[in-house]
Amino acid sequence: MNVIPLTPLDLSLCAILVLLLAASSVRLKIGIHKQLLISAVRCTVQLLLVGLVLKFLFASQQFIWLIIMATIMLLVAGHAVCARQQRPLKGWWMYGIGTLSMCISSFTVTYFALQVIISSTPWYTPQYAIPLLGMLLGNTMNGIAISIDRLTQSAWQQRAIIEQRLALGHTRSTALSTITKDSMRSGMIPIINTMATTGIVSLPGMMTGQILAGSLPIEAVKYQILIIFLIAVGTGFGVIAAVQLTGRRLFDERQRLRLDRYN
Amino acid sequence: MALLRIDNLQYLDFPVVNLHLAAGESISVSGPSGVGKSLLLRAIADLDPHSGHIFFDNIECASMSPAEWRGKVGLLLPESQWWEDIVAHHFPGNILEDPAASIWTERLNLNKSIFSSQTSRLSSGERQRLALIRLLLNSPQVLLLDEPTASLDTINTEQVENLIAEYLNERNASAIWVSHNTEQAQRVASRHFCFKGKVLLPCEPVLEGK
Repeated sequence: MNVIPLTPLDLSLCAILVLLLAASSVRLKIGIHKQLLISAVRCTVQLLLVGLVLKFLFASQQFIWLIIMATIMLLVAGHAVCARQQRPLKGWWMYGIGTLSMCISSFTVTYFALQVIISSTPWYTPQYAIPLLGMLLGNTMNGIAISIDRLTQSAWQQRAIIEQRLALGHTRSTALSTITKDSMRSGMIPIINTMATTGIVSLPGMMTGQILAGSLPIEAVKYQILIIFLIAVGTGFGVIAAVQLTGRRLFDERQRLRLDRYN
Repeated sequence: MALLRIDNLQYLDFPVVNLHLAAGESISVSGPSGVGKSLLLRAIADLDPHSGHIFFDNIECASMSPAEWRGKVGLLLPESQWWEDIVAHHFPGNILEDPAASIWTERLNLNKSIFSSQTSRLSSGERQRLALIRLLLNSPQVLLLDEPTASLDTINTEQVENLIAEYLNERNASAIWVSHNTEQAQRVASRHFCFKGKVLLPCEPVLEGK
């Protein structure tokens, strides 16, 4: 079974629906038509561009291009993590910690999946590597952004408690332990909830895509299970790393709480 | 020999502080609020960055782990913090069976049942007395007391002063009392220091209206 190709006309018909929504927004004074249209255009342009890039990447099969693509994805994800922080750390720390945590979790898990589980030849076959890495980075990014934000906010709000515990002779990690646990949990809960409800409440986009593209449902399901496990693992370890590294940065070498390191 | 020796301690924009505290000795620090009394204690407890050297029993602060230092040089914060739901969870081990805690609880006019109550229900006076018990159970050798009786009535203030005096006496421990109250300063300390501007100087507490 082959996928039914979409013509520009098909997409235009769909775009008309978006325009209709925008018109309703003007009519009902919801005031989101401008944002809606800009986002729709951005989405179209970005996806077309990435389509071209992937076409080129799949045709060349060069490792170096894959590395360049992966690096760009990582750096943009790092930027997105920083952009979501309400109380970021000064300097490049936030960016560094975010990127490093995503790098060690997403890249390792993707490499493991490609090399050991899917075992495509060569292991970096872009058709597998890029979508996998994309899905992992996207989810890990969310988890890390949420957990770091939670950590820095809670430490700010609870600074009196942290210092009280330090004054009582608790170590840095004990004084911060409640907040650490909380932050890690908040970063991991979304993916755990997704795992618990997937297939009942919603059909995951990846699986839907594979089925639309003509795969047998059971094959699509197997891939979906693989992906969701990888995402859970990548997010989990990424969150643990990010929270540990950020927590460390909140204290100096004499284990004093240093909120002056916030921006 | 000094139990606590402060050599050229410098923090924020304050001038250098030098202070020797003998074992068993208590000193008072007074001055208008906002002058930096709490900051001095925080620097000694190594909670704020500072330069200079502080020695406990001839061991320098920097050569001890921060947690160990703060265990020996115990700071009683002006506003105690309670992070668990139940009071007892802030104390190590089984607080109800701790003999020292039982005596101190009774001495400070607290009922033992207070340990199983919720922290959000404590009054400010109860918090202050419980915070003192929590600190003393750490067995600090130097007490940095930041307004330890600010929320207490006269009876409990006296109890706290007596309890601390006994503790210092039994363990040959030392204390730095930060107090607004000059009468209290005279009662609890043998030497007195005041902030004149940002400078810490030896002084005699002036009894207001006398």
